[in-house]
Amino acid sequence: MHLSLRVWRQKSASAPGRFETYEARHVSPDMSLLEALDGVNEDLIASGGDPIAFDSDCREGICGACSVVIDGIPHGSRHGTTACQLHLRHFRDGATITLEPWRARPFPLIKDLVVDRHAFDRIIEAGGYVSVKTGGAPDGNAIPIPKTNVDRAMDAAVCIGCGACVAACKNASAMLFVASKVSHLSLLPQGRVERERRVLAMVRAMDDAGFGGCTVTGSCEAVCPKNIRIDVIARMNREYGRALLKGGSPELAL
Amino acid sequence: MKLLPQLFHSSLGKKYIMAITGLGMLAFAAVHLAGNLRLFLGPEVLNSYAHGLHRAEESLWMIRVCLLVLIGLHVSMAVVLTHENRAARPILYERSRLPGASHASRTMIWSGLMVAVFVAYHLLHHSAKAQVSLTGHDFAAFRTTLADGTACHDVFRMVVAGFSQPVVSGFYIVGVGLLSHHLSHGIEAAFQSLGLRNRAWDAAVRRLASGAAWLLFVGYASIPVAVLCGYGREALQ
Ligand code: SF4
Ligand code: FES
Repeated sequence: MHLSLRVWRQKSASAPGRFETYEARHVSPDMSLLEALDGVNEDLIASGGDPIAFDSDCREGICGACSVVIDGIPHGSRHGTTACQLHLRHFRDGATITLEPWRARPFPLIKDLVVDRHAFDRIIEAGGYVSVKTGGAPDGNAIPIPKTNVDRAMDAAVCIGCGACVAACKNASAMLFVASKVSHLSLLPQGRVERERRVLAMVRAMDDAGFGGCTVTGSCEAVCPKNIRIDVIARMNREYGRALLKGGSPELAL
Repeated sequence: MKLLPQLFHSSLGKKYIMAITGLGMLAFAAVHLAGNLRLFLGPEVLNSYAHGLHRAEESLWMIRVCLLVLIGLHVSMAVVLTHENRAARPILYERSRLPGASHASRTMIWSGLMVAVFVAYHLLHHSAKAQVSLTGHDFAAFRTTLADGTACHDVFRMVVAGFSQPVVSGFYIVGVGLLSHHLSHGIEAAFQSLGLRNRAWDAAVRRLASGAAWLLFVGYASIPVAVLCGYGREALQ
């Protein structure tokens, strides 16, 4: 098949950007979109041009590196699919596909389709971990955890930190990402002991990074490649209110 | 950690304020509707109810002050949040599809501001009995006597006279329509913002939100529609 790729090209954050159209000829429907980009890049390199910069690593939907807005939808219009897992058979032969980078103030552009997602790391650093000492490896089932809690925690833990939720939200809000982490950890006994501090600190880091607020439009859950639902956001709102009422502090006790 | 500064500074805190003030105003809208629907019980019931309300002047002022605070907080937080949300995406997409977002959820600030304008007009038109009414009637001069002999303002006649004008009725119906549109998303979002939602309750919250929005619309719109269809005409003779 044959596709036209309209790609956002921008040398650096301060340089002006524009769309350029590239032809991906003789691509197979079994190729992924990123493989089509690889092909275009090979042609560009062969002709002495500047290859299109885009992020990818695992190419099997588990690392969260790939990040392209495809025809207006982060990771494209297929539900529960990352850009690297989006196959060309889902496009019409001869179609023109528009590719844009994530657009959000906390995700400054580095080059072309690559943005800097360190803001997510800063949120994780603020509290997305468990700091209790666990000693040696405990027995598998030594700590009893209700099955529903395990399932809910797992539903949230599948977040791969790709940032599509931010990219899709009209407010560039990171609520789905942060709420996934908060839900995952607050549902399990090891994470519970720090639940107040964690939610206060992570929300503060999220606000400081400049993400927008949640207006419950649901765009995030519509694009999340891991199908995380916005009920995790309700859980985080509950956790946050609880922490405020209990007089918790976002600072680490020294 | 200080509760109040935290509420006003964090994005989640501001959303709590939006939700609580929104639900407070919703409660008022429901009680107000229950009062209005007395119109269908005839002039005597409506007029004595309105007269009773005005005699409870002190509690009335308390309610007015509370409402003003609710409106002030709701609108100011909405403006601040909208500003912050816009600032979070300085460069827009060339193609943007906002998957999954309903029309109401995308336009809350606009439906909200239009409802605010409608409420301001509504207050001028009825409560303040402004002489600048579109109907050409002097509403303050509408007097009547209740069954027990007390003289009072003829609210029934005022409502019928006002809504007999199709322009007034049309504007009112559009206003309450916008309010319901706003609420169809607002109620659901308020539950979400306060964390009062989980997978088991999700469907119930959705139904409650759209049910309440429709109920308010049908309730409020029924009054001008009934008047336009001829209800209460005799009061104008
Ligand atoms: S919540 Fe979903 S969309 Fe957001 S970062 Fe995690 S995996 Fe990506
Ligand atoms: S490249 Fe790892 S998820 Fe797409």
